[in-house]
Amino acid sequence: MRYSGLKVLGEGLFGNKGWKPAWRDPAPKAEYDAIIIGGGGHGLSTAYYLAKNHGMTNIAVLEKGYLGSGNIGRNTTIVRANYFLPGNSEFYSHSLKLWEGLESELNYNVMHSQRGLINLFHSDGQRDAFARRGNAMINQGDDAILLDREGVREHLPYLDFEQTRFPIYGGLLHPRGGTARHDAVAWGYARGADRRGVDLIQNCEVTGIDVSNGRVTGVQTTRGAIRAKKVGIVVAGRSSQVAAMAGMRLPIESHILQAFVSEGLKPVIHHVISFGMGHFYISQSDKGGLVFGGDLDFYASYAARGNLPMVEHVMEAGMTLMPMIGRARVLRSWGGIMDMSPDGSPVIDRTHVDGLFLNCGWNYGGFKAVPASGWCMAHLMATGQPHDVARRFRLDRFATGHLIDEEGTGSQHNLH
Amino acid sequence: MRIPCPLCGTRDRREFYYYGSDDYLNRPAADAPAAAWDDMLHNRDNPAGVTRDLWYHETGCAQWLAVTRNTVTHEILGSELVADLKTGPKSARKGGEK
Ligand SMILES: Cc1cc2nc3c(=O)[nH]c(=O)nc-3n(C[C@H](O)[C@H](O)[C@H](O)COP(=O)(O)OP(=O)(O)OC[C@H]3O[C@@H](n4cnc5c(N)ncnc54)[C@H](O)[C@@H]3O)c2cc1C
Ligand SMILES: [Zn+2]
Repeated sequence: MRYSGLKVLGEGLFGNKGWKPAWRDPAPKAEYDAIIIGGGGHGLSTAYYLAKNHGMTNIAVLEKGYLGSGNIGRNTTIVRANYFLPGNSEFYSHSLKLWEGLESELNYNVMHSQRGLINLFHSDGQRDAFARRGNAMINQGDDAILLDREGVREHLPYLDFEQTRFPIYGGLLHPRGGTARHDAVAWGYARGADRRGVDLIQNCEVTGIDVSNGRVTGVQTTRGAIRAKKVGIVVAGRSSQVAAMAGMRLPIESHILQAFVSEGLKPVIHHVISFGMGHFYISQSDKGGLVFGGDLDFYASYAARGNLPMVEHVMEAGMTLMPMIGRARVLRSWGGIMDMSPDGSPVIDRTHVDGLFLNCGWNYGGFKAVPASGWCMAHLMATGQPHDVARRFRLDRFATGHLIDEEGTGSQHNLH
Repeated sequence: MRIPCPLCGTRDRREFYYYGSDDYLNRPAADAPAAAWDDMLHNRDNPAGVTRDLWYHETGCAQWLAVTRNTVTHEILGSELVADLKTGPKSARKGGEK
């Protein structure tokens, strides 16, 4: 079923009785050409591009819960291409271009909104660093505008510019940055993959990876054994557990990141604002809720909920930056399990087992990466070769010293 | 979250700086192969369950602690002074969901 304005109109006139489920609910087959473990954003986009770009349609996505039950449905939806280092720069640039065509590509409204992202700076040194970052973005073909204090004031008149701890010197505006509807991205890719014949199998937890003579032969699941010559591990915060099934010990530590949403308000914040010094960022959803968050809780955790010190810290940072939000009431808070890598950058690579591929290490920035990650993972699984824009995301870079440490904070998993 | 310090008693989590897994205690010899350094710095068991990691009692006694705790429930099971640890960390680690 193709979605269109006409379709919505027609269904509205006839009681909305014609809508069908957006995807099938198939039972697993005994064998597939390829299996993707994990039905989050990255797993679903991998399946979509395997089918679309490489004609591999006899494939399955195995998800232990329901589609989109992981971080893809828990993030704060910022989409941007403002990276500095080679490796990240070309990859996120590619991803943003895919975002810009995603709705017509998927025939699905993912509510991609390029409302502009402003990263604030608070010292001369930080201004220099942001100018340099902006130049790297422009060199990559993306957009960046360095704003002085008055420039920021024009966009964000409601900030407290005179705060004593971090007075605002200016900001780096990335006009093509913005947000999207996170669930819709998962659903859009799921529907697109299903329509091309991919089996999306929910409530199917992978419990073992079968390897014989150094080659992957299939997986064990809570719904039986399934054979496949190619298997992709795309499970974000659970990467260490699933990779361990194939005897691997990953450079990943799982951490908790919290986020918050206020009651719905009239439109008041028109950009995505990031206040790095205070560990705070905010945007407003189309429903009106202020969506905001800060840093990790900083200790390894699988709890999917955080502790109060970080709640207090985020609220304080928000009040420092924009005291006007003090009257808004917080509706909900939650946490997601982040697959933190020692340099803050991801892995899309082969493994020591033939036919077994690994996609992990998205830290807290993997939402914007969903289109390009799937694109590159599909390329790797179909051709056996890394895609050009993801060729530096190697698993062995930690051992060889080719780290991609965007924040320059060193080899500590919780500092990225 | 409150963390028991052997010297100061049970204190608020905000008094502590978190470093990471107790793998950091397995510091290789200066002439060890690169793989040993890679393991110490980067690779982790990352268990969903009982783990042991290093916390610095920054605003208390300024001692490093090895804290045994559950990463799924956030329950704290015990702590020791790193200075008191004589054996390698793995030997003291309890089981749990891996
Ligand atoms: C609070 C928060 C805010 C964030 N904000 C942003 C942001 O603003 N911008 C941004 O770019 N990124 C952001 N992120 C990061 C982003 O959400 C993640 O990096 C990304 O979603 C991870 O990839 P994924 O979607 O594939 O993960 P997930 O949705 O977690 O998918 C992994 C799936 O694997 C499944 N799985 C695990 N083990 C098994 C198994 N054994 N068998 C079968 N299935 C299994 C899980 O159930 C899960 O559905 C944020 C994350 C959080 C938590
Ligand atoms: Zn102490």
